[in-house]
Amino acid sequence: MQAKKRYLISLLTGAFLVLLFYFGGGVPGPAATGSRSRHGYSRPEQPWPHFSDPLQHLSPWDHSDTEEYNVHISPRQKRDVNSSVYKGKRCRMQSCFDFSLCQRNGFKVYVYPQQKGEKISESYQNILSTVEGSRFYTSDPGQACLFVLSLDTLDRDQLSPQYVHNLKTKVQSLPLWNNGRNHLIFNLYSGTWPDYTEDLGFDIGQAMLAKASISTENFRPNFDVSIPLFSKEHPRTGGDRGYLKYNTIPPFRKYMLVFKGKRYLTGIGSDARNALYHVHNAEDVVLLTTCKHGKDWQKHKDARCDKDNAEYDKYDYREMLHNSTFCLVPRGRRLGSFRFLEALQAACVPVMLSNGWELPFSEVIDWNTAAVIGDERLLLQIPSTVHSIHQDKILALRQQTQFLWEAYFSSVEKIVLTTLEIIQDRVLQQTSRSNLMWNSHPGGLFTLPQYSSYLGDFPFFYSKLGIKPNPKFTAVIHAVTPLVSQSQPILKLLVSVARSQYCAQIIVLWNCDKPLPAKHRWPATSVPIIVIEGENKVMSSRFQPYDSIISDAVLSLDEDTVLSTTEVDFAFTVWQSFPERIVGYPARSHFWDNNKERWGYTSKWTNDYSMVLTGAAIYHRYYHFLYTNFLPNSLKSMVDQLANCEDILMNFLVSAVTKLPPIKVTQKKHLSRSSRWADPDHFAQRQTCMNKFASWFGGMPLVHSQMRLDPVLFKDQVSILRKKYREIERL
Amino acid sequence: MCASVKYGSRGPALIPRMKTKHRIYYITLFSVVLLGLIATGIFQFWPHSIESSAEWSLDRRSVHDAPLVRIPMSSPISERGDLSCRMHTCFDVYRCGYNPKNKIKVYIYPLQRFVDEVGVPISSTGLSREYNDLLSAISDSDFYSDDVSRACLFIPSIDVLNQNSLRIRETAQALAMLPRWDKGTNHLLFNMLPGGPPDYNTALDVPRDRALLAGGGFSTWTYRQGYDVSIPVYSPLSAEVDLPERQPGPRRYFILSSQTAIHREYRVELERLKEENGEALLLLDKCSNLSQGLASVRNRCYKGQVYDYPQILQESSFCVVLRGARLGQATLSDVLQAGCVPVIMADSYILPFSEVLDWKRASVVIPEEKLPEMYTILKSIPHRQVEEMQRQARWFWEAYFSSMKAIGMTTLQIINDRIYPYAARTYEEWNNPPVVKWTSVNSPLFLPLIPPRSPGFTAVVLTYDRIESLFRVITEISKVPSLAKLLVVWNNQNKSPPEAIDGLSLDQTHMVERSECINKFASVFGTMPLKVVEHRADPVLYKDDFPEKLKSFPNIGSL
Repeated sequence: MQAKKRYLISLLTGAFLVLLFYFGGGVPGPAATGSRSRHGYSRPEQPWPHFSDPLQHLSPWDHSDTEEYNVHISPRQKRDVNSSVYKGKRCRMQSCFDFSLCQRNGFKVYVYPQQKGEKISESYQNILSTVEGSRFYTSDPGQACLFVLSLDTLDRDQLSPQYVHNLKTKVQSLPLWNNGRNHLIFNLYSGTWPDYTEDLGFDIGQAMLAKASISTENFRPNFDVSIPLFSKEHPRTGGDRGYLKYNTIPPFRKYMLVFKGKRYLTGIGSDARNALYHVHNAEDVVLLTTCKHGKDWQKHKDARCDKDNAEYDKYDYREMLHNSTFCLVPRGRRLGSFRFLEALQAACVPVMLSNGWELPFSEVIDWNTAAVIGDERLLLQIPSTVHSIHQDKILALRQQTQFLWEAYFSSVEKIVLTTLEIIQDRVLQQTSRSNLMWNSHPGGLFTLPQYSSYLGDFPFFYSKLGIKPNPKFTAVIHAVTPLVSQSQPILKLLVSVARSQYCAQIIVLWNCDKPLPAKHRWPATSVPIIVIEGENKVMSSRFQPYDSIISDAVLSLDEDTVLSTTEVDFAFTVWQSFPERIVGYPARSHFWDNNKERWGYTSKWTNDYSMVLTGAAIYHRYYHFLYTNFLPNSLKSMVDQLANCEDILMNFLVSAVTKLPPIKVTQKKHLSRSSRWADPDHFAQRQTCMNKFASWFGGMPLVHSQMRLDPVLFKDQVSILRKKYREIERL
Repeated sequence: MCASVKYGSRGPALIPRMKTKHRIYYITLFSVVLLGLIATGIFQFWPHSIESSAEWSLDRRSVHDAPLVRIPMSSPISERGDLSCRMHTCFDVYRCGYNPKNKIKVYIYPLQRFVDEVGVPISSTGLSREYNDLLSAISDSDFYSDDVSRACLFIPSIDVLNQNSLRIRETAQALAMLPRWDKGTNHLLFNMLPGGPPDYNTALDVPRDRALLAGGGFSTWTYRQGYDVSIPVYSPLSAEVDLPERQPGPRRYFILSSQTAIHREYRVELERLKEENGEALLLLDKCSNLSQGLASVRNRCYKGQVYDYPQILQESSFCVVLRGARLGQATLSDVLQAGCVPVIMADSYILPFSEVLDWKRASVVIPEEKLPEMYTILKSIPHRQVEEMQRQARWFWEAYFSSMKAIGMTTLQIINDRIYPYAARTYEEWNNPPVVKWTSVNSPLFLPLIPPRSPGFTAVVLTYDRIESLFRVITEISKVPSLAKLLVVWNNQNKSPPEAIDGLSLDQTHMVERSECINKFASVFGTMPLKVVEHRADPVLYKDDFPEKLKSFPNIGSL
């Protein structure tokens, strides 16, 4: 019995100890946290305590007290009040722009006729002729939505020879001035020594400014447009391409950061440049300044001048520009400088040191992807900042400089068109570009939101959105001869195209003078055949953006094209990998004819090509829209008159957009060319076309390629049964 | 408790020599202690209600414990907000300094209860739950620093989220009394409901000098671009109602209007639209028979029929967000949560986080005067885009609207990006939902460049100790004019090299190893990055019936 009790007691004790251990471990927890927070609360610097009182909720809903407001103040009145109060420096589109002028005729721009005796600088002349040559231009002020002055407002520096006097009275006397409403004023320089204010020297009223070197304080967001400073040598159209020819990995160049420029001894803008020598190390960071400019520099010269000047002459600006990873762009007298565009073109990533400069086209361009935005106050940190930027980022920044340069800055035309497109985006709010359209290849000028506001409808964004184009195509057959016999090539073509597994529908574009054939004359196919009568029966109608084209891909065909189903299938699978390019069969090439000093066209068998004929080619339907809406009437009507060259123009357009050559795929037979190809004039016309097109594009957009895409296993010595596209090999 | 433990542990040794009386005594004692312990145990592990009250007794962190500060009548008042302020003029960047993490340090003032001379608090509500959540989130984040001398950004603990509950003058005095105020430099104020009757200013009316304002409901005239941050108006329903994400696609209604305080003029126009388009529109209003309070927030009515709000928002493709007394509307948050595409009609409104978010991909903005054309405008939007907008709207809500934490973190990140622009988040990081980030391919070489032949290429030859074929490869490759450099990777793993020339490809284990490699790599990448194509690039005249000597690459194809 003793033993029993002893066991019982020891058992109890054991249980007790276990429990003790259990709680012993558990108790210190809350005690510890409690003490931490209790002590913590008495200290002044503690993390925000997590108050657990029953706190009041924020009630964000409009309540009865606001309903009174609703009864009394009409929102319409409120809008009117806003638009009457916010004028001048506080102008916005809502208050200083008359949208109703744009509703009837869309976004049309009127340029005042030039007055006799008014001298206009070359740069401004370029701006005006760009507007007049653009698709926005109208010569009727009654249709216009935006007005551009013919008075030269570019240079408003009183000391400049280009300065136009009495601008105030001249502007006020314009009959359509209407206090500047819906007017756009271009300006590059404003103010003069010593303070270089941003005043234009005349009352701009409610006009919008497209101004270089504009400061964030004076910039009226979504109303003004900040444009880059460009020199009078800046080309009107086309423009030089960026200097980057190939990517190097790692992306470092000889210098890390360079600058070479004037130093101002007095006046505005001197602070940033005077301190540069602190950062200069003559190795990878080379920042050079000179005092030697202006008439009386000797008078103001300081202790550093001689040393700086000597160092300055040791380096060549061009050499540094091309061999540096980053280029410093400090403010000059004004906020912007030529150096900005120079660095951009040279693929030297700009390091901005210009506090308060509203960067060019900041409304749409995301400059963080192409420049390093520094702070003048933190000049001494700049070297460590640029050194800390990762290689991947440098590579991306550098490529983006090239994209932006070629998309928006390389010519006066691009700068002006970008300005107009930005304003158009504001006017047609619903059909405007998203940020991605502006900041990724091929850029806003080639991405027309009127086509679609959905990114996936364009050929450029598939990989960015992680989607694929629609897996079907629409064939568009251009018919010009009447249907007389059942053995005509068009009927064979219809059958073989319809048999393709990717074919969604076939559109026959009837551009023949004879009336449409009866429905039963067309062969019976598994896909629908839609017959459309061409508008005016002209060549350009084959590239009309017909609503009935529902697929992303268009297979464009001439009526006499001979193609097998396998060839169509293969070409389409290739196109799916390159949806932004033209994929097709017969290819042609261009060359520069040194003797005649003009572009030549050749259809000979050569080792390279730069065009793929649209008599048998697959491309994205967006190019139909672009052809019809982007190209000027002058080029389209030339094509229509000649009934020729439409394929060359399409190739020019697509290569100008993509900067890439088309793609040729293998074909079984060579296309036999009928009537119009036998004509000797035909060939000469095509030469003429090429040169006309090249001059409009401001350069030769076509790119040569030496590559043809064949099916894997093509003509390889393996059993024909293992080949998927075996038809292509059987000649 | 400790005393009894000692006593009990001594027990067992004494027991054998004890008498029965004592034994009974000890057993009783043990039982009592045991019962006591069990009771404690139950108390400890009982569901939360008891536990939290236990913690309350331990650790009482109440707003009422915050020190009381009396504001003298004559206390100075800040200047009104300076409209010309920009980061480079009003923000002291030296306080942020250079730091390798490129992260600003944010200090939060400890809570104080400000009262005027008579003892009336400056705010009728005091600290709101939302502002408390916001400050808690910031103090838990990487931005937080408790070192006031090293902080770059200061956040007052004075709650100014709702201007209606504030006494303007006293609040301004309280702000000016903050120890580091210094004209508001580097101070950040959060306000969601600015202005008051009758004309409702679009920015906080409290004089705040240079302080940055994260405001809901800015108009283009009060918003200092690049300085202020436009934030959403938080909807308390976000936390309260759990709306599961719905697949994008067509919904029962085309357009839904759910706001209750719509001005008569606009309601008339909406009703006209409803008459013209019938069932496609659903025009809800508040329920007249229900009492005020939360119930009225959660219900909407149309002709006596009651609908649950915000659930009903999920039944529509587009949801109207009209301006009310203020430009910023909490409805926007509910609409986004429901994955409904907001149709924003509030002229001059600066959309939330518009500095970084691309609203064109998630919403439709229509000028107020075009309200009658709303139906036609929306009908013209392609279906696929509506679906993408629905997806994007929901993702915006999840990432940037769903909680006070999300709103606070986004605001700080935007300011951080301005101070360290070279380390800023990219457009894609801000705007692409995770789904897209995973499936899309962003090539590091995105510029369409056709490089000239001059820099040539580098040949990399991998060898498994097969010297003979290696030399053959080297001789052949070095004939190529474009070759710039030849790199041989010696990969001898102390194995005898295979004899046959095709040994590598015939060796089955080799192929199996390579398959394993592919699977391993694919699992590391998370997806299979390789794509299958059916085409092969050949020279233009490849195997064409054409004189070989005229071809650029005659050897290819004839080998």
